[in-house]
Amino acid sequence: MALWLTQLFNGLSVSSILLLIALGLAITFGLMRVINMAHGEFIMIGAYSAYLVQKIFQSSLPQGWFDAYYPLALLLAFALAFAIGLLLETALIRFLYGRPLDSLLATWGVGLVLQQLARTIFGAPNVGVTSPSWLDGGLRIMTGVVFPYKRLFILALVALVLLAMYLYIYRSDAGRRMRAVMQNRDMAACLGISTRRVDAVTFAIGSGIAGVAGCALTLIGPIGPTIGTNYIVDAFMVVVLGGVGKLIGTAAGALGIGMLNTLFEWGSTASLGKVLVFLCIVAFLQWKPMGLFAVRSRSLDG
Amino acid sequence: MRRRGWLKRWIVPFALCLTLSACGGSNNEGGASPSSPEPSSPPASPSATASASGEASPPASESGGAVKVGIIHSLSGTMAISEVSVRDAELLAIEELNAKGGVLGKKIEPVVEDGASDWPTFAEKARKLLSEDKVATVFGGWTSASRKAMLPVFEELNGLLWYPVQYEGMEMSPNIFYTGATTNQQIVPAVDWLLENKGKKVYLLGSDYVFPQTANKIIKAQLKAKGGELAGEEYTPLGHTDYSTIIAKIQAAKPDVVFNTLNGDSNVAFFKQLKDAGISSKDLTTLSVSIAEEEARGIGPEFLAGHLVAWNYYQTTDTPENKTFVDSFKKKYGADRVTDDPIEAGYVAVYLWAAAAEKAGSFDVAKVKEAAKGIEFNAPEGKVTIDGDNQHIYKTVRIGELQADGQIKELWNSGSPVKPDPYLKTYDWAAGLGG
Repeated sequence: MALWLTQLFNGLSVSSILLLIALGLAITFGLMRVINMAHGEFIMIGAYSAYLVQKIFQSSLPQGWFDAYYPLALLLAFALAFAIGLLLETALIRFLYGRPLDSLLATWGVGLVLQQLARTIFGAPNVGVTSPSWLDGGLRIMTGVVFPYKRLFILALVALVLLAMYLYIYRSDAGRRMRAVMQNRDMAACLGISTRRVDAVTFAIGSGIAGVAGCALTLIGPIGPTIGTNYIVDAFMVVVLGGVGKLIGTAAGALGIGMLNTLFEWGSTASLGKVLVFLCIVAFLQWKPMGLFAVRSRSLDG
Repeated sequence: MRRRGWLKRWIVPFALCLTLSACGGSNNEGGASPSSPEPSSPPASPSATASASGEASPPASESGGAVKVGIIHSLSGTMAISEVSVRDAELLAIEELNAKGGVLGKKIEPVVEDGASDWPTFAEKARKLLSEDKVATVFGGWTSASRKAMLPVFEELNGLLWYPVQYEGMEMSPNIFYTGATTNQQIVPAVDWLLENKGKKVYLLGSDYVFPQTANKIIKAQLKAKGGELAGEEYTPLGHTDYSTIIAKIQAAKPDVVFNTLNGDSNVAFFKQLKDAGISSKDLTTLSVSIAEEEARGIGPEFLAGHLVAWNYYQTTDTPENKTFVDSFKKKYGADRVTDDPIEAGYVAVYLWAAAAEKAGSFDVAKVKEAAKGIEFNAPEGKVTIDGDNQHIYKTVRIGELQADGQIKELWNSGSPVKPDPYLKTYDWAAGLGG
């Protein structure tokens, strides 16, 4: 019983982490069709933002304030990744719309550049981030079942980001323009929407969310120049399985993969579990090539 | 149709890139740090038994008053995390030797190559160092994969490689000197110590590649022979970052000890999540063989406090040579830098080679190898001796406990340097393991 409860929670937690790393990609790849290989590096930027803010708090602010660094780090992670995303879009990506293979190579190169840049600035070894003390420990459900606060926090954060994205995309004017441009660019342009600006902002938001993910991942994972590579494959897997272009699909994909992964890993080994998950995904995509939730849109044909 | 051709043109380089990155993404075996080379003062003298006999027919590696040596480490890619610091230590040793007049009256001129965390690149650069630069010797490598890639090159061109990292044993190339620990200088004594002090029920956790699997094969044979009990065995892919399920499995198995051969980033995730699950070093003993001071910094010492490690050297090791070594390392590269086992082994390698060349009176590979037999050196870790039979070195084994400040406190040591035995020939239970 205790084990089942723990594993159920673990599955949910793994799903939430997968969703967090995939949400940004659901926008840049899902909505905009940019095969964004630099997505992992935006996660890295978010992680290093947390490290930076922590350093500043440690060196120049009173000890008692330290725990307050984390919310600030989340904000900075979003802002920094947003800004770099905006820069990247303006300088590079916008010349590559509609050329998926070029954008794939270009963003992959950008990813390598960002990795080496991080290595130059922060050094090659991993850096340590101390998580705020209010996230230490866990919720004791019963003997042997502890839900760590950090994992609960990530669950809540994912729910929040998902809600914010939903409100932005489906309930705001800016979101409506975004959807219009992604679904039918020419028609949107005819109606007076500045597609250039919408593209730039959309890409930047996707990058910003990746930054938030990176900041959250410092709680449970490593922080180093190459951490993006640990997550990029999972992120693409979630978006593709969920159905490119659908937010709900991404959420469902993450839940499916996270639960299956935990289940298989428990039943076999970590390596074999991953293989089984991949097999399931391949089999599923054979059956439904468009993923869990297919978008019916003309833009996909073009 | 036009689109087709365009697609084909791009798919090939991309597939190539993916293959490269896939290779680069594997194998972290521990760690180390960044660099900013600046000249420094000369401390730490090698008290090597050297006797010059001067007859040196000048090989091509000696140009004018200098002798070229190669350094090959990953300065980019995933392994840069570990190898950059080893390169730093090797450069420091070279600088110190040069300040004292070099070797055989010649200045040492390092030729640094980047292996880029890619094993074929290691082989290619090694070939370049040997056949184009005509270096007298090469220091480098970290992962077993990189060593295995370079080995045939060194044997073919009769070069000399000094390999500075603890490894899984079962190898003895006539062209390689191994200055890191082999299994009987790290893993085997660590398991013995655990069985004696911490309990019989051992859980094996490692990354899924050659070093952990070979190490665990040895450990399982040892457990069987010494009355230990295997509580479970688990491998995770390199770069694996979610350990919640593994931790649940460990909790269910209730072992006395977890023997950890995880590598690189996975260690960070494992220890962070272990602490979050409410398991401290008091509840569960773990002993790691890939976490040294450098990695401890990246994981966050607060997650590691109280956990155990096994190495041959710690920054806190109390010898006069170590004090000078740590001081000059920090002076050259920054006060926030730390030294650790592979860093020290890289540093020692340079001194051992220099001592062997002095003794041989030549840079000739065969002569240096012959002269190297039995050379002693007062290294930061204490006295080390090159074993003439297998070209490994005698090293003192040390079990340590990680402290909250990221340093390691020694709990136990073997008292005297342990004779290297890469094939574990002197251990009855290990019969049949060798390959």
